[in-house]
Amino acid sequence: MLTILFDGIAYGMLLFVLACGLSVTLGLMNFVNLAHGAFAMAGGYVTVIMMNRYGISFYWCLPAAFIVTALAGAVLERLLYRRLYSASHLDQVLFSIGLVFMSIAAIDYFMGGQQQLINLPPELSGRFGFMGIDIGRYRLFIIVICAVLTVALQLALTRTRFGSQLRAAVDDGRVARGMGINVSVIFALTFALGSGLAGLGGALGTELLGLDPNFPLKYLIYFMIVVTVGGTSSITGPFIAALLLGIADVAGKYYVPQLGAFIIYAVMILVLILRPHGLFSREGGR
Amino acid sequence: MSGERNNASTEAMELLRRAGRWQIWEFALWLVAIAAIFVLPSQMLILTEIAILALFAVSLDLILGYAGIVSLGHTAFFGLGAYAAGLFAVHVSGEPVIGLFAAGLVSGLFGFLTSFLVLRGSDLTRLMTTFGVAMLLAELVNQAAWLTGGADGLSGVMLNPILGYFEFDLWGRTGYIYCLIVLIVLTYVARRIVNSPFGLSLKAIKRNQRRASMLGISPTRRIVAIYTVSAAYAGIAGALLTQTTSFVSPDVLAFHRSAEVLLVLVIGGVGYLYGGVFGAVVFSILRNWLSVITPQYWMFWIGLVLIIIVLVGRERLTSWQTLLPGSARKREARIQHTMAEEGK
Repeated sequence: MLTILFDGIAYGMLLFVLACGLSVTLGLMNFVNLAHGAFAMAGGYVTVIMMNRYGISFYWCLPAAFIVTALAGAVLERLLYRRLYSASHLDQVLFSIGLVFMSIAAIDYFMGGQQQLINLPPELSGRFGFMGIDIGRYRLFIIVICAVLTVALQLALTRTRFGSQLRAAVDDGRVARGMGINVSVIFALTFALGSGLAGLGGALGTELLGLDPNFPLKYLIYFMIVVTVGGTSSITGPFIAALLLGIADVAGKYYVPQLGAFIIYAVMILVLILRPHGLFSREGGR
Repeated sequence: MSGERNNASTEAMELLRRAGRWQIWEFALWLVAIAAIFVLPSQMLILTEIAILALFAVSLDLILGYAGIVSLGHTAFFGLGAYAAGLFAVHVSGEPVIGLFAAGLVSGLFGFLTSFLVLRGSDLTRLMTTFGVAMLLAELVNQAAWLTGGADGLSGVMLNPILGYFEFDLWGRTGYIYCLIVLIVLTYVARRIVNSPFGLSLKAIKRNQRRASMLGISPTRRIVAIYTVSAAYAGIAGALLTQTTSFVSPDVLAFHRSAEVLLVLVIGGVGYLYGGVFGAVVFSILRNWLSVITPQYWMFWIGLVLIIIVLVGRERLTSWQTLLPGSARKREARIQHTMAEEGK
């Protein structure tokens, strides 16, 4: 029971790191970026290539995955995404679906369609018992890293100059520009940060979630649920949503495997009917 | 006062009548489609595919182009119709036309029930709920293997000759004629719907929902109605697929189908019904051509096409229709132009 809870928390935290970039672009900047999973997949493949081809330590792969996808995110933002901030949602949907299709086919072409495996360092594999809970070392590692990241993000958004500039830029871009905030640069940095976090999540998740070219579509629904259920007014909402989703998913797979992902979709639809703007949004039910 | 009102209403009726008038190119289009039966006898299977895709795209256009609802889960209705037709043929009767009605009825009913989900919230909520409903159905089909055959698909779909006379032949000729007739009839009905006062009020809702409701148009009931019709259309398209291939698998509910039909509609142009038909033709030719060049990676090129379409601008891409003589697009463009002039 407690073991399931623990696994669920680890899974949920991982989902949060994967999805929090999306909660900024989609929730705050109002850009429907269905290609978010592609960045996560990129991070995963960076790790796989570095570890399996060049034998680099797993610990170095994590920052590398972050940096590479953040750079990729920044480049794409400057070249393509930026032009579509003011486009209709339909255009954004079409554009990001196109990006997903391209990334799937490209990865399939270069890396093959099979599932990718990595070997974790020995100190991260295996389990140990602690007060009756069966704890996986790697899951504990994920929880620690994600918790640190979450706190850091929360502080960065609420306590730093960058955070307040971002919030201003999002709330009213024109006024923010008038106040001398370089909105375009802020958005680019934020987008890069969100992509980088997705990449890091992808690297961390390779072991837990699996990695193959269909990753962006397979987990898209999970990211979207985290963001839509969590609401967008703070990062606490998505965080709690991710934890709930993680625990529900793990528990569901354990207790009622025949239902599969059914429960999650049903819960999402129910929440959206009752509170169309998300569970923890300021607007509330309307 | 009343005279003025009468004037306005006759003017509106006149406008609708003119918009609803048949154009030469519409006749030409259907004649070409009919001529294809004799000219391209070896291409019947592809033509059938195009006709089904066209009907599916027309159904999406009804809600996207006329009610402004972006749906990421339109396959839900397509897939439901496909399975309904398959199960109907296996368990009830092998008569295709009755099966078609049954599938349309089931999908329409499901559309009616789920239409209440798209009434609330923003674009994003709609995207998610439509997407979620489609995923839910896909999961259901996968899990209910005792009924649907699970991942292997539903086999043993045997169909009787259409209306007892026309048997499905090996070359797909009957299948194509059957699909084409259904497409023409349903496009005709859709034309009547969008060129009616009801269709006009939908356009008003799409442009500005708040203003429309202030004019006394109730958005709720109209959106429910058009969503239901659209769902029934998609279900019939799915049923046609099952009936012409005698097979249905969970692939009919896959996400890439939802994306595909959006692409088809966008290629052809949103909001004038024939967009779906033109888009289906262009898309199918493109896909066949690409899958000959790069059998495995055509998805890459489809993705590229999508991105280019968005970056170039959808409107500019489909503006060639204004060149057609007497097309609805031309009038639309003229109205837009005058409005812009007046705005200055």
